[in-house]
Amino acid sequence: MKFKAGVKVTLKEGVLDPQGVTIGRALSDLGFESVIGVSTGKLFELEIDAESEAKAREIATEATSKLLANPVIEGYEIEVIR
Amino acid sequence: MKIGVVIFPGSNCDYDAYQAFKMIEGNKVVYLWHRSDDLLGCDAVILPGGFSYGDYLRSGSIARFSPIMKKIIDFASGGGYVLGICNGFQILLESGLLPGAMIKNSVLRFACREVILRVETNNIPILSGLKKGNLLRMPVAHGEGNYYADPDKVSELETGGRVVFRYVDKNGVVTAEANPNGSINGIAGIINERGNVLGMMPHPERACEDILGSADGLGLLRSLCAASG
Repeated sequence: MKFKAGVKVTLKEGVLDPQGVTIGRALSDLGFESVIGVSTGKLFELEIDAESEAKAREIATEATSKLLANPVIEGYEIEVIR
Repeated sequence: MKIGVVIFPGSNCDYDAYQAFKMIEGNKVVYLWHRSDDLLGCDAVILPGGFSYGDYLRSGSIARFSPIMKKIIDFASGGGYVLGICNGFQILLESGLLPGAMIKNSVLRFACREVILRVETNNIPILSGLKKGNLLRMPVAHGEGNYYADPDKVSELETGGRVVFRYVDKNGVVTAEANPNGSINGIAGIINERGNVLGMMPHPERACEDILGSADGLGLLRSLCAASG
């Protein structure tokens, strides 16, 4: 069966996000004064051929912890759909 | 002394490193291809600067899975000397040979300039040819050199004498202006617990001849060669 795993990787709390800060400043310059914070991250979509949703999640989790995210600075969330 | 300089797709300081190590008498320098799994009997391995695999995903994150890196991790675990410069440092962090990670420079720009490094220790063979407290001038060229580790790890590095180079001003003082990337505590280079794996963002190999503006890097390369001999 084919599954799609959406992997969202973001910086851990407390890790400086220079891109987010810069984008936040640009938004403020554009008049978006109500936007008081921006953080950046990455979104990966994995297509996975696996026998079950649980197996697909296991594969996505292993791939993420091994390569897609750096556990020193990043955390992740994984969503699996058929 | 046989020195191996690794070439990854996107390495661009490999020839500089080759040339610099070749200037040191008694050295034989060879290139090590990233697809190879043979260190050719080298006494020390250099991971040069550049943009391995285009810096895709994260700097150094793809290079760490090259066939040659498996051998280098074994080599380092056995006490072999490994020096990672710039992108090479990032690869050492990604591979877990050194602790921490790099994040983007805090200063909104690629840092391409000369910096001054203060030698924080010469208490280990790899740095025994240097003098503690000496100031070394050499260039940096990176977009992600902002060293980060969690506070416990940073204090472990600091108390263990494992921060070996720090960005300072011309008076040898750590200041925000002297720091090109926002790196925590002005950290420019660290060493592993065993003292055989050194990572640094500045480029000693680009500061080995007066005509290049500084020859301060040569002492470091000599020290590494003497240690691996």
